[in-house]
Amino acid sequence: MLYFSKLRIIIVSLISLFFILFASSNFFKTSNELLNKKINLGLDLQGGSYLLLEIDNTPVIDQKIQNLTIVIKNYFKEKNIRINNIKLINQKISFSVDEKFKQSVLDEFTDEESNINPYYPRFKSHQLDILEKNNSFIVNYSKQGIIELKTSSQDQALEIVRRRIDEIGTNEPNILKRGNDRILVELPGLDDPMRIKSLLGKTANLTFRFVTNNTEDSFGAEKLKYEDSTDEAVVSKRIILSGENLLDAQPRMNNETNETVVSFTLDRVGAKRFGKATSTGIGKQLAIVLDGKIISAPVIRDTIASGSGQISGGFTFQSATDLALLLRSGALPAPLNIIEERTVGPDLGQDSINSGIIALVIGFILVILFILVKYKIFGLITNVTLIINLFLLVGILTMFEATLTLPGIAGIILTVGMAVDANVLIFERIKEELKNEKNNLIAFDGGYTKSRTAILDANITTLLAAIILFFMGSGPIKGFSLTLGVGIFTTLFSVYFIARLLTVLYVLKNKEKKDLI
Amino acid sequence: MIPFNKYYNQFNFLSISLVVVSLLFLIFKGFNFGIDFKGGTLIELRSSDTKINVSSLRENLNQMNLGDVSVKNFGNQKDFLIKFENSDNKNIIEEIKKSLDNSFGNNFNFRRVENVGPKVSSELLKSGIIAISVALLLMLIYIWIRFEWQFSLGAIAALFHDVTVTLGLFSLLGLEINLSIIAAVLTIVGYSMNDTVVIFDRVRENLRKYSDIKIFELTNISINETLSRTLITSVKTLLALLSIFFFGGEILKGFSLAMIFGVIFGTYSSIYIANTVLVRLNVSQKTIIKEED
Repeated sequence: MLYFSKLRIIIVSLISLFFILFASSNFFKTSNELLNKKINLGLDLQGGSYLLLEIDNTPVIDQKIQNLTIVIKNYFKEKNIRINNIKLINQKISFSVDEKFKQSVLDEFTDEESNINPYYPRFKSHQLDILEKNNSFIVNYSKQGIIELKTSSQDQALEIVRRRIDEIGTNEPNILKRGNDRILVELPGLDDPMRIKSLLGKTANLTFRFVTNNTEDSFGAEKLKYEDSTDEAVVSKRIILSGENLLDAQPRMNNETNETVVSFTLDRVGAKRFGKATSTGIGKQLAIVLDGKIISAPVIRDTIASGSGQISGGFTFQSATDLALLLRSGALPAPLNIIEERTVGPDLGQDSINSGIIALVIGFILVILFILVKYKIFGLITNVTLIINLFLLVGILTMFEATLTLPGIAGIILTVGMAVDANVLIFERIKEELKNEKNNLIAFDGGYTKSRTAILDANITTLLAAIILFFMGSGPIKGFSLTLGVGIFTTLFSVYFIARLLTVLYVLKNKEKKDLI
Repeated sequence: MIPFNKYYNQFNFLSISLVVVSLLFLIFKGFNFGIDFKGGTLIELRSSDTKINVSSLRENLNQMNLGDVSVKNFGNQKDFLIKFENSDNKNIIEEIKKSLDNSFGNNFNFRRVENVGPKVSSELLKSGIIAISVALLLMLIYIWIRFEWQFSLGAIAALFHDVTVTLGLFSLLGLEINLSIIAAVLTIVGYSMNDTVVIFDRVRENLRKYSDIKIFELTNISINETLSRTLITSVKTLLALLSIFFFGGEILKGFSLAMIFGVIFGTYSSIYIANTVLVRLNVSQKTIIKEED
């Protein structure tokens, strides 16, 4: 235990220096990319707002299933199958067909290539469940269908939330999915989330408006930019359709033109208005405007009376999917409820930083003095190790750009308190060994060897607690478990490599000295 | 050598009484749950006008139909902590701001606002209980792997004692239970385990060394041999914790207090619970030799 090779000494020193360098990068500005890392301060320290939003999917599902009754009716109409008595009962669609069509209807629903009932091969499930009961069919969303609906509505909501928050222009917002119906929003530096809270409850503003060259349009006109370029177009202020008229939108492959398009379905009012506008406006450009920017402005080629249509315009499948997603969210404003909010003002954050640092410094000094009084020269070694340990801990947190919270600072202080434990175990053991052993070297070697299992066991148990906290805890608690957990590794490293090295160097020089410890 | 083993029976009786009393408190008095687990709204205010006090604030807030409102000073005279149960009104914070500004002038700084919905609070409570249970289970398994089942039982008895008595004390004193207390309890579990393992490690070593010493004596020898380490580690952990308690700010008070209780109980239980379980289960050299064959 007492032998240290030159190579090992060099490696240990290099590792220590490396992390000390990282730790110090928190305090200095460097141009070096690798070193230009900082510990992130948690919302409780820098101030900011944490919002947990829950998507209320009930209206989405209601709307979808209602829409589905029309889709089913029209779909089978095209196949010359008459659907009778179609109605909604408890979020389930029930309908009947003539005896001779029964099998073909069932086939349509259970075919894996089905157009009306998408199949998810990954989950071995269709979107819809169909069962036959008392001579009629009952259709409702399958378990997987509901999950798909929820995930898709979460994707839409997340996108909308992100756009809204970006619009407000807060710095470095953090927007994350939680489960399949929640969205977590972290807004550093924001001490009054009122505006964001009210914005998140609103729908995206989508409009269909004619492009006009005549600036004397009776409704007035405005110059709008295109979403993806700096081009501009003059668009009438008369709104043909708005997002509220949309029922659904999906990315589709247009089989005739082999082009990716977005197909949309309108509600009855929208369909009527759309039909009228497209019949009178053939040859004109209809701009699709989202949040004041033109997504595209296709030329109307035909009258569209069916209440559904396609938006084409050089989409990739991805961009079509994105647009469809945005259009859908306009049509189905799933209400967002704020189910958890935690806001800390910047001055309280600063107070917390100050008191955290004061507690850290005082705790550190108390522990250092105690150890120095107790172990003299070996106390000094322990304290040097403790300081290096602190740098290692901060260095690792910096390297991973971890988030430091107020409980995280408590975790560091606790690490300081507990880190010395390993050294205490070793020194106490050495003292015992020295009672029976005159040779300093043998006693020190024995002390290190015999205390090892106790130290490992003790640290592993604490590590277990930290790991559980990390995975089960939320927010600030995570910060605590992170520093506690990382602290265990840096402690073991500094005790077994740094403190031992220093101890060995001292003992080798004082082989003959009595009552060494 | 301090004859710890002389008082095994008395302290066992004391521990059992403490656990029973704590459990009674937990069952009949329950916890003072914070908004993390009960749901509701918390506002931390700082006023720049020293004339504003708790009763005038309370009077104002009572007119707002917030239900059960609690108003307290928080750390000093100018900081206030307001808590009330969940309100369906989404703009409640804004309305409170307006109402306070109207009554007291623009003297308030809303330093902290927390609002936890009923669904989230019950989830947090559930995951807190699961976290503590999983921690206890993992510790049990770890000790079982590293030692023999008798040791495992002793360690779990000690852990159970520490967690129950710490929570019992929180119930007795009506201190608030929030997320950070769960973190404290888990850290206590880790600490108490840590302490117990060090003594157990020595008991096992001594069991191998001396075949003729009874476990009653052997535990006492082991406790004494590790006593200086136990005390030094407890003292400096307490030094760090006291520093958090006194200087770490109001927010960490509950956490550090729970930890301080936990460290004291944890140190005590390693000596007087974990070891006495070994004595009562009549652990001998055979117990560990058999396992090692």
